[in-house]
Amino acid sequence: MEEFFIPKPTRVDYLKAEYGLKSWLLTRDHKRIALLYLYSITFFFLIGSVYAMLIRLELLTPQGDLMQSTTYNKTFTQHGIIMVFFFLIPSIPATLGNFLVPMMIGAKDLAFPRINLLSWYIYLVGGLVTIYALLAGGVDTGWTFYAPFSTTFSNSYVVATGLGIFINGFSSILTGLNFIVTIHTMRAPGMTWFRLPLFIWAHYATSLIMILGTPVIAITILLLAFERFAGIGIFDPAVGGDPVLFQHLFWFYSHPAVYIMVLPGMGVISELIANFSRKNIFGYGFVAFSSLAIAVFGFLVWGHHLFVAGQSIYAGMIFSFLSFAVAIPSAIKVFNWTATLYKASISYETPMLYALGFIGLFTIGGMTGLFLAALATDVHLSDTYFVVAHFHYIMVGGTLLAYLGGLHYWWPKISGRMYPEGWGRFSALVVFVGFNLTFLPQFVMGYMGMPRRYHMYPPEFQVLHVLSTAGASILGVGLLIPVIYLMWSMRYGRIAEANPWHLPGLEWRTQSPPPTENFDVTPVVTWEAYEFAPPEETEVVGTFRE
Amino acid sequence: MTESSVAIDHATSHPALQHHFENMEQQREAGTIGMWVFLVTEIMFFGGMFLAYTLYRSYYPAAFAAASNHLDITLGAINTAVLIVSSFTMALAVYGTQVGRTRMQNICLFLTLVLGLTFLGIKAVEYRSKYEDRLIPGRLIPGREFGPQVAEANDTDPHKLHLRDGASVRQVEMFYWIYFAMTGMHALHMVIGAGLLTVILILSLRGRFSPEYHSPVEISGLYWHFVDIVWIFLFPLLYLLGRHVH
Amino acid sequence: MSEHIVPVKVYLTIFLALMVGTVVTVWAAFFDFPWRLNTIIALTIASVKATLVVLYFMHVRYSARLVWVIVASALFWMGILFALTLSDYFTREWLPL
Repeated sequence: MEEFFIPKPTRVDYLKAEYGLKSWLLTRDHKRIALLYLYSITFFFLIGSVYAMLIRLELLTPQGDLMQSTTYNKTFTQHGIIMVFFFLIPSIPATLGNFLVPMMIGAKDLAFPRINLLSWYIYLVGGLVTIYALLAGGVDTGWTFYAPFSTTFSNSYVVATGLGIFINGFSSILTGLNFIVTIHTMRAPGMTWFRLPLFIWAHYATSLIMILGTPVIAITILLLAFERFAGIGIFDPAVGGDPVLFQHLFWFYSHPAVYIMVLPGMGVISELIANFSRKNIFGYGFVAFSSLAIAVFGFLVWGHHLFVAGQSIYAGMIFSFLSFAVAIPSAIKVFNWTATLYKASISYETPMLYALGFIGLFTIGGMTGLFLAALATDVHLSDTYFVVAHFHYIMVGGTLLAYLGGLHYWWPKISGRMYPEGWGRFSALVVFVGFNLTFLPQFVMGYMGMPRRYHMYPPEFQVLHVLSTAGASILGVGLLIPVIYLMWSMRYGRIAEANPWHLPGLEWRTQSPPPTENFDVTPVVTWEAYEFAPPEETEVVGTFRE
Repeated sequence: MTESSVAIDHATSHPALQHHFENMEQQREAGTIGMWVFLVTEIMFFGGMFLAYTLYRSYYPAAFAAASNHLDITLGAINTAVLIVSSFTMALAVYGTQVGRTRMQNICLFLTLVLGLTFLGIKAVEYRSKYEDRLIPGRLIPGREFGPQVAEANDTDPHKLHLRDGASVRQVEMFYWIYFAMTGMHALHMVIGAGLLTVILILSLRGRFSPEYHSPVEISGLYWHFVDIVWIFLFPLLYLLGRHVH
Repeated sequence: MSEHIVPVKVYLTIFLALMVGTVVTVWAAFFDFPWRLNTIIALTIASVKATLVVLYFMHVRYSARLVWVIVASALFWMGILFALTLSDYFTREWLPL
């Protein structure tokens, strides 16, 4: 019978180590900072969801009856900005990554704890500046801020919003910097690169993207801001500039940004699939290197956002080819996860439900991306709801599901409590149904020609829009339930043991919740990642029930 | 599985060792790698502007040459020399900390700082002359929009723009926007560097650094050298591109 | 301490090389070389100067391989930004297929 050493709690856990607001606001503990991020990210997610509901309400009817077109423009713009920059990009790295990266490598904290805290404050300041811009009147350029509308013609708070995003970028950069240095220099004795959990590989690759890409959007926003209020132009044709240059610079970051959003999710899924199948990931090396490959290739494809923008057709062909290539490492991961499941000892707790959902939905999202990567079909599908459905399948069906799965999986480690399993499974199913009902019709309507960013549309699209809005309501409910029971569980949930899932990962070999310095003594690692005994020799673990 | 104790006796370790590091070597390595990763972000940040420069220079070669010739090559060259000397003194300051020669360390840090401020002073002089010739682009200075005087055929007034080969004033404005964006961003980084050096100098004068612990000086040096390298590229690209064309 | 201490003489040599490079680049700027050689010469001299600063003043010559990889990656990435963006601009005028 396989048993894992479960240490008796010998030290005060990090939640009880110190009390008082100051001990949280001036903390250097990566675990507390992760919680600070968790609360603020949830706050911004709620704001972004409100905008989503407004969009779906407006689109219930073909007429533009809920709001004027400029208001609608502001609604979808702000939905995009909040969700992309203040939810998706930080979500997994800043919460789960911050919490787990030091623990998974056997370190006491990240390399630069004070910079970690600073990154949270910077995130807040950027968020507050953006909220100010929203309240002052909002921005209507689309989250993509294309010139010359954003530089010259828009009468909205472009510079203020841009400033908020610019500030927030530093939070991203500092997080990525911290992770890279930590993973390189602070691994515990015996923790070689190929014993690292795939969660770490994924976060390392994500950090590379954060470091290399974010500065480019920083300078782009600055140039945009100056162009707008000083009337100079590298993007303005009237003064000899090129608006497509804005698109090049913008998408040089924003395409890799979508990999910042999904790669950490893939890292979570690798953990969930392996651990809830009680089996080592099939092809660990391939999955690890595919994370790096996605990070690198992700930087070579941005021109696929410019296929119909006036870019040279020759550049278009290069970018199209490279966009096909970037799908390969993602596909490798999906194949390896699936192979892991084969003949495994699978249990269907909430985290595994989210992981299985991810595999299906991410695959759909990824494949529809290939349709868009083909030049000819992109001409037809560009700027339609097909694109909207494609990226929501990846960002919601992918990243959000992974985030929820990871949150549930590590909840006992983070809070010392178990979430209610019944409610967990129920809401996972509600989310899955609601999500598909929302976005599957959007593929259809997009293919039929429904343009994105329009609040009025011909009546023949209404049935699909009504289905989509109904789905969004269900999805909203499905997402609200975990917020409630997770908060409830922090106070009233069943107390979890140190290793409630009985798993071999390093983070499970210390108390739940961990003490401030993570481990009583620095571990010396002598085992491989995901070292499970063969299924015959382990007790099959069903749901966590006494 | 085994776990063994690798507890750190922090009571006997160096006072500058932070609690989450195992030893000073790890801390130093982390700090150095951290600064290098940060410099990568700076390279990509300036990279965007270098791209814009490359693009528009290839589009408007005559205008860029004319505009570049209007810059003061002497001041630009002096500034280049100033920065190179400051990099030298910075390297010597780091050397001083490595071998424990505190007087050398402090003098060189001080010189580096002074040279950096000199660079900024000369830059201010250059900016002032651009202001006077109405070469500050767009509405950056409200009320004093871009509007240089263009020289006639035989006019040799150095304050006027000398255009040829189809260069237009609009394209010259494009050059000046890129000039101010790049040198302005560079100057901002110099200001930050000067602030950083001031802090390091104060700490150094208080005897904080030794051969065992001087990584903040090294790391600041890396930053300073990087800012020097940006200028090493800016100088020929902005000041020298049109000198061979008269 | 695994730190390598670079002798002052090395710093002095590099410093002099940088100053010479500056003088040469200014001097060469006034000659009219054919084709795009002016630009090539200027950028070559600047690259050599930058390389000297990186290798010696910033100690990369004596640093761990990781630092080399970091520097090389940054340059490579800037290269990606340039190459693929300019691949658009420089092929816009080409005849259609």
